[in-house]
Amino acid sequence: MSSLIFLIPLALVLGGCALWAFLWSLRSGQYDDMDGAAHRILLDEDEDED
Amino acid sequence: MSQSDEIRLASRDLGGGRFQTELSVPGARCAGCISKIEKGLAAETGVESARMNLTARRATVIWRGDTAPDLIGALDRVGFQAHLAGAVEDTRDPELGRLVRALAVSGFGAMNIMLLSVSVWSGADAETRQIFHWISAAIAFPCLIYAGRIFYQSAWSALRRGRTNMDVPISIGVTLAFALSLYDTVLNERHAYFDASISLLFFLLIGRTLDHIMRNRARTAISGLARLAPRGATVLHEDGRREHIPVEQIAVGTRLLLATGDRVPVDAVVEDGRSELDCAIATGESAPRPVEPGSPVQAGTLNLMAPLTLRATARADASFLAEILRLMQAAEGGRAAYRRVADRAASLYAPVVHAAALLTFLGWMVVGGDWHRAITVAIAVLIITCPCALGLAVPMVQVTAARRLFEAGIMVKDGAGLERLAQVDTVVFDKTGTLTLGQPRLTNAAEISASAFALAGALAGRSRHPASRAIAAAAPPSSAALSDVIEHPGLGIEARVGKDIYRLGRSEWAVTGAPNARTGASGPVLSRNGRQLAAFALQDALRPGAVEAIEALRASGLPIILLSGDEPEVVEAVARRLGLAEFASRLLPADKVARLEALAAEGRRVLMVGDGLNDAPALSAAHASMAPADAADVGRAAADFVFLHPGLEAVPRAVTVAREARRLVHQNFALSIGYNVLALPIAVIGLVTPLIAALAMSTSSIIVVANALRLKRVDRPEARPVVERRPSPPVPASMAEVAG
Repeated sequence: MSSLIFLIPLALVLGGCALWAFLWSLRSGQYDDMDGAAHRILLDEDEDED
Repeated sequence: MSQSDEIRLASRDLGGGRFQTELSVPGARCAGCISKIEKGLAAETGVESARMNLTARRATVIWRGDTAPDLIGALDRVGFQAHLAGAVEDTRDPELGRLVRALAVSGFGAMNIMLLSVSVWSGADAETRQIFHWISAAIAFPCLIYAGRIFYQSAWSALRRGRTNMDVPISIGVTLAFALSLYDTVLNERHAYFDASISLLFFLLIGRTLDHIMRNRARTAISGLARLAPRGATVLHEDGRREHIPVEQIAVGTRLLLATGDRVPVDAVVEDGRSELDCAIATGESAPRPVEPGSPVQAGTLNLMAPLTLRATARADASFLAEILRLMQAAEGGRAAYRRVADRAASLYAPVVHAAALLTFLGWMVVGGDWHRAITVAIAVLIITCPCALGLAVPMVQVTAARRLFEAGIMVKDGAGLERLAQVDTVVFDKTGTLTLGQPRLTNAAEISASAFALAGALAGRSRHPASRAIAAAAPPSSAALSDVIEHPGLGIEARVGKDIYRLGRSEWAVTGAPNARTGASGPVLSRNGRQLAAFALQDALRPGAVEAIEALRASGLPIILLSGDEPEVVEAVARRLGLAEFASRLLPADKVARLEALAAEGRRVLMVGDGLNDAPALSAAHASMAPADAADVGRAAADFVFLHPGLEAVPRAVTVAREARRLVHQNFALSIGYNVLALPIAVIGLVTPLIAALAMSTSSIIVVANALRLKRVDRPEARPVVERRPSPPVPASMAEVAG
């Protein structure tokens, strides 16, 4: 019982973090270009794109 | 240069001298492309940043300065064809964002509450149970407010207009379940329905989100292709000054300059210059039309040969293009009356759910007189009969079908289009640009002597005329030293080699003493000093796969009709090549609509396949419609389906997938209604615990989803499609829509 006192809030906080992270990724356009993101990892000349 | 002005007009002013331009780059498809495009654009002076979106095949460029950088030229130099993209307005869909956020919140709530419920079901002691119920209530309340408002708002707007929809029982069900659970928690009862209330929301939101995605799929991708109507035109003032102004500001009587390769901005008459206009997209005529001072020209036609000075005869909103738009709006009536399968099912089902719950409540009141028990059972009935699976049945199948079609290069505009396509019993084709490619192709290459052919190719290479291009494309390379090349609009092209004068063009012009052939009836000839060397036969090439597509459609029992705006003999030739018995020629846009309306009046459901501006009203009048990706943008906007590959096999393929989808939708309805019918008696006699409700709901939803995924993959044509695409997993793809 006593362990539940902190385990449940902990679970909720972790879940809440995941929810926040998902909403943030939506807002910041992480899903805008799924195909482009897959290809961009192959580009290795980031330095000249300043 | 007017190009820079066009870019400026199409850009969004970000303030502070910065502008944002959207370019559509259909050829981009790999990592190398991204890097080449972004670097190529960034190298232009004035460009601040360039970002390529590979999913939408669009590049967003932010630039600063008074004159726009030559973005299209920059892309051309790195090997990509680009157009100014249509939508300067924000392409984000706020409604979809709202749905996905609600889905995420309700998913979070449902998972956590379910976690707590499982421990309650597995026999937590009274004290723990009580704490868990309170925590569940604390999670459920904000979820209900945030995720539930989508249903509340829709239910409320229906009720206010004195109607009812499926959202009414849903809203009542989840709210009552929550309120009663809260009441029970306060009184320290054993059962609470927080989990049922929130997971119901979650499942319904999945269906709602998929449905929304289906309703306006592929909008951005389609609007990103080539633009037809110019945004601006170069005006020639009386004092000789030139100015680039937006098309809307052109008044009747304004003098306009039309460069070679530009489209006519408004209806006008030619004042100065001779040229030929490509009218294929406007009227369906395959042969270019020669114009001279005094000839009227229609907005949307393409100037092929030489610069023209025009005098506007109509404002932009009274021009041919605007006329087409008006016809389209008038024609849309029939299709707007179509009610989607899901809506029809919901309107039948909602009253049944209400009645069942109400009768259960009354029955239990009469039998037991215990209002708490009666409400509990009534809620259980509401929840168990709630159309979770029903809400998923249609959108899930349609999303799967749209994916399958997309893999085969066919874009679906909305789900209702799929349903309508499945009902089609007649197919109507346009000719120019649909059954044929709208470009002439040389058919007698074997009969022409090699030396004459090479020379003709060298001459033709200097001209933009479609016939010249066809000859130049087929001819062997030549080393002839041409000099004094002159193009005579409407006649042909002339050049000097040594002392001889060569002419390529109409026979009555090139050959001295030739009979005056009727315009466009015979092919061009090559002559030396007035003596004919070779005659070229040109024919509008059939679209690849046209023969097979017609065969396949006929085999599936669909009669085929050809409606064209072109000359009778050309139409008849194509009809004969494809073995079509029913055809009509020289039809105006309004005539095509009239034909379709006549067919509809006979009770036939017509699929219209067309590409031109003149087809646009017919595309919106037909029961379902398809257009190739290179169609006029008005036509693409009007069509339910747009196929990206040049091949016409897309038409029978789309019909097959649509019919398969309809079969699966019907199966899904049967499954979910059958499920509800089984569960209803259990709920009515009061045996449904929260556990059973949760299980029933999830299982029926999963069965329906699994059934939808059975939709077969479209077998691809042996040749790999032009637009390479990896199939990506469905979830990220739908996420991409969130932003798109």
